[in-house]
Amino acid sequence: MTLKMQIDNIGVTFSDGETVLEVAQRHKKEIPTLCYDNRLDPFGGCRLCIVELEGARNPIASCTTKATEGMVIRTATDTIEKYRKTLLEMVASENREIDVHPLRGYASNEFAHLSNQYKIDKSHFSGTKSGITKSDDNPFILRDYELCISCYRCVRVCAEQEGDHAINVMNRGFHTQIITEFDGLLKDSACTFCGQCIQTCPTGALGDKKALRAADQVNDSEIGKTRTICAYCGVGCSVDILTNDKKIIGIHPAMDGPANQGALCVKGQFAYDFVQHSDRLKTPLVRREDGELHETSWNEALDKAADGFKKVYNQDGKYSIYGIASGRAPSEASYLMQKFIRAGFGTNYIDNCSRA
Amino acid sequence: MSNPLVDMQKPDVIFCIGTNMTECHPVAATGLKKAIAQGAKLIVADPRRIGLAELSHLYLPLRVGSDTALLLGMAHVIAREGLINEDFIQNRTTGFDDFFEHISQWTPEWAESITGVPAKDIETAAMWYGAADKGAIYYTLGITEHICGVENVQSLCNLALMTGHVGREGTGINPMRGQNNIQGAGDTGALPNNYPGFQSVTDPIHQEKFKHAYGKEIDNEKGITKVTALDLCGDSIHAMLIDGENTLISDPDREHCEHALRSLKHLVVIDIFLTETAELADVILPATAWGETDGVCTNTERRVQRMRAAVPPPGVAKPDWWIISQIAQRLEVNGFDYSTPKEIFNELCELSPIYAGLDWDRIDKGEYQWPVPHKDHPGTPMLHEDSFINGKGIFSTVNYRDPAETISHDFPVWLTTGRRLQSYHTRTQTGRSQGIDYLLPEESLEVNPNDLKKWNLTDGEWCRMSSARGTIEIKVKATDRSPRGTVFASFSFSDVPVNVLTGSGYDPITQTAELKVCPVKIEPL
Repeated sequence: MTLKMQIDNIGVTFSDGETVLEVAQRHKKEIPTLCYDNRLDPFGGCRLCIVELEGARNPIASCTTKATEGMVIRTATDTIEKYRKTLLEMVASENREIDVHPLRGYASNEFAHLSNQYKIDKSHFSGTKSGITKSDDNPFILRDYELCISCYRCVRVCAEQEGDHAINVMNRGFHTQIITEFDGLLKDSACTFCGQCIQTCPTGALGDKKALRAADQVNDSEIGKTRTICAYCGVGCSVDILTNDKKIIGIHPAMDGPANQGALCVKGQFAYDFVQHSDRLKTPLVRREDGELHETSWNEALDKAADGFKKVYNQDGKYSIYGIASGRAPSEASYLMQKFIRAGFGTNYIDNCSRA
Repeated sequence: MSNPLVDMQKPDVIFCIGTNMTECHPVAATGLKKAIAQGAKLIVADPRRIGLAELSHLYLPLRVGSDTALLLGMAHVIAREGLINEDFIQNRTTGFDDFFEHISQWTPEWAESITGVPAKDIETAAMWYGAADKGAIYYTLGITEHICGVENVQSLCNLALMTGHVGREGTGINPMRGQNNIQGAGDTGALPNNYPGFQSVTDPIHQEKFKHAYGKEIDNEKGITKVTALDLCGDSIHAMLIDGENTLISDPDREHCEHALRSLKHLVVIDIFLTETAELADVILPATAWGETDGVCTNTERRVQRMRAAVPPPGVAKPDWWIISQIAQRLEVNGFDYSTPKEIFNELCELSPIYAGLDWDRIDKGEYQWPVPHKDHPGTPMLHEDSFINGKGIFSTVNYRDPAETISHDFPVWLTTGRRLQSYHTRTQTGRSQGIDYLLPEESLEVNPNDLKKWNLTDGEWCRMSSARGTIEIKVKATDRSPRGTVFASFSFSDVPVNVLTGSGYDPITQTAELKVCPVKIEPL
C-alpha cells in the first residue's frame, strides 16, 4: 500500500517508519535543524525543524514525528519562520561568537549559516552567557563550550555512532555542561580521539585543534577538498583531505563514504602530518664506492637500479631476483611489481607484505 | 570478508577470535557495537582482556596458540547438541560424515585442558553460535599468525559450514585486513602462486593468457614466498626490489632479516622515508605518498576504491608505478610504456576476471565489491550466497598442534605481539604525526600485576626480555589486560624492537610467521 501525505500543498508518498523531516528532505524541502545528524536517532532538542501540522494546536518537531497517512504539513509559513528566527536569536544570545572558523569542524558553520539566513539580531535577548570553556591540553580536540548550544550531538555521536560513551550531559537547562566521567580530561576518559564529536558539532564548540593551526592563514574560500581513502587499516574509510596552498591542513570524514558513513578513528582523523614531514625522501639516493648514500638524479639512480638487476641476472640467473610489493601503495604499484618480475624474468618470485 | 561491512550491525551472535578490533579496525568495531546495542550477543576469544572482551557477553581467555583446540571443542558441542544445519550440510558441503566422526573425540573437557578455558564456557559459546539465526565470525592476525594459521581458518570454516552461517546477511567468515591495500596487493597478483585475480600460475590456461599478455614465457611452477626468499638471500637470491615495506622492523627475527638483506648483491628500495630497511639499500627511490598519488585500493570487504592526489610530492618524488616502469624500461622489458595510472588499472581489469566489469571511471564512487565479472554486473557484496567458488564447502579434519616453541624452564612466559590504536606498524607514519605522542609516547610490556610482583618488578621499571633469538630491554606496565604468564607488546617502536625476539616458526602452507606466540624470559635489569 502506498502511503500519502501533503507537504506544502503537494501530494507526496512515503514509506512506513519515515519521519516528517525525512519525507520533506527527500522532496527537497529545506527545513533548518541544529540538533539533527541523520546518522543518529532523532532528538528533537533544538525545535528548529518545527512545521505546521493541520489539525494540531501547536507546531510539531518534524525530526521526531513519524509521517502518517493523510498528514497535511506546511514547512515554512510566516509564523513558523518567525518562531525559528526567535529560537535562533535565543540560542545566539548565550554564545560568545557565531561566525567561527570553518576549520573547527565539518559541521561547525551550521549555526552561522542559519543565523545569516534568518538575519538574526544577536543582541535581541542579550544577557547572561552559558557554557564554560574547558582547558584540556590534548592536541586534538578543542573544548570551547562557550559556543555550546546543548544539542547533544557530540554526546549522541560518541554513544550511538562510536559506542564509546566518553562524554555525557551534566545539569539541566541554562547550566547544562558536556563533561567526561568525573569531569576530567578527555585523555583520562573513554575517549579514543576519533574526532566524531568535533565533526558533528554545529557551532564549533568542539574544534579540530590540528586543523586550526592553519586558521590564521586560511579563510573559507581557500580550503580545497579532495576525496580519497584513508591511509591506514583495511576498512577503507572515505575521507576528504583539506588543503591550502599545496599543504594538507586537515581531514574531514566523508559522510557518504561507502565503508564508513562518516566514521573515522584517531589515525584517519589526525595522523596525516607524515605526508609533508621534513623526513620525507625528496631525491633518489645511491650507495657509492665510499659505502655512503649520496643524493643523485633520477637518471643515475634508475640506471644503477636497472644495471644491478641486469648484472645479477647475467651472473646468477632468473631465480636470483625477488620482488616484494607493498600493501600500502596503490594497486597499480603491486600490479607492476608482479608484472616486472613475471614479464622481466619469467618467474613467480614475487610476494607482498601480508605474511608478516 | 565474505560479507560486507554494513552487515556487522546485523548478526544476533557475533564470534570474534584473534581480533583486537576496537584498536586495529576501530571503525569496523562501531558496527559490532551497534549490533550489541540492538541486542546481539558477543563472544570474544582472545588471550588478552582486550577492549572487545570488555564489551562481550562471554569471554573465552584462551592460552596463546590454542585456537584450534577451542574451535574443535566448539564443533564437538554443536554436533552433540544437534545444532547443525542439516539442509545446508546436505546441499552445500562435502566431508561432513568424516568430520562428524573426527570431532566426537574432541570434547570441551579436552579443549579446556589445552586452552585453559572452562569447558562450560566453551559449551555456552558453541550453543550460542550454533543456535543463532545469524551467527557471524570475525578474525584477524590472531588466527593467522601461527604455525597452524591454516588449521585455525579451516576450523572457523568448519563451524560456519556445520551451522550454515554463511552466504546470508549478517553471517559469514570475515577476516579483517590490516593495511589499506593489502587486499589489493593480493588481487593484483603480487603473490608467488597467483597471477592477478587469483588465477593460479600452475594452470596452463592462465600461463598461456599471461604469456600472450606480457610477451614472456612464465614459469608454471609457484614461486617462493618472501619468507623463503629471505632465507635464501646470499645463497641463491642476490637482488631484491622492495616497494614500501619496512621489512627489517615488521618481519620476525630481525637479526636474521638484517643479515639476509645485507648479504644481497643488489637491493633497491622504493619508499617515502629512509626506513631502517632503506638504509641497507644500494639504490633508494623516493615515492609519492598517500595524498600525493592517484590510484586504486581494495578494502577488507573487497570494495575497489579510488585514492586521489591532493598535494604535490616533495622534491622529485615520483609515483611507484612510474619508478617501476622506468626500471623495467631500462631492462627492455616489454609493456611498461605507461603515462597514467588509469592505463595500468584498466590493463589489470582486462586480465583479471574478478575485476573484469570494472575500469578506472566505473570505480569513481567506490560502489563495487569484487567479483564484478562483467560490465552489467552490480558487484558482489556477499560471497558464497548460492554456491561456493569451488562447488561444495569442504569440512577439514584438522588436529590441534602445539606452537613451534612452547614455554619451558628457560623461557617460561608467553609473549604475544600486535598493534595499538594510536600507532600503526613501524610508526613511519604515526610516529611523524603531531599529537600521537601525547596519547602513546613509548612502548611498554603489558604484564599482569601479580606476575610483576613474582618477577620482582615494579610498574614502569625496565626489564630484560629474551627469547631463543635475542634480547631487548623494555619498560613494564601493570595491567589486568594480560593474564598470568602472558605478556604483550606491539612491534611499532624501533627502540623496542620486539621482532628481535619473534620468529619461532612459520605456517608450512602460507609461511606466515608465528608472531603471536614467542616463549620468553623476563628479568629485572
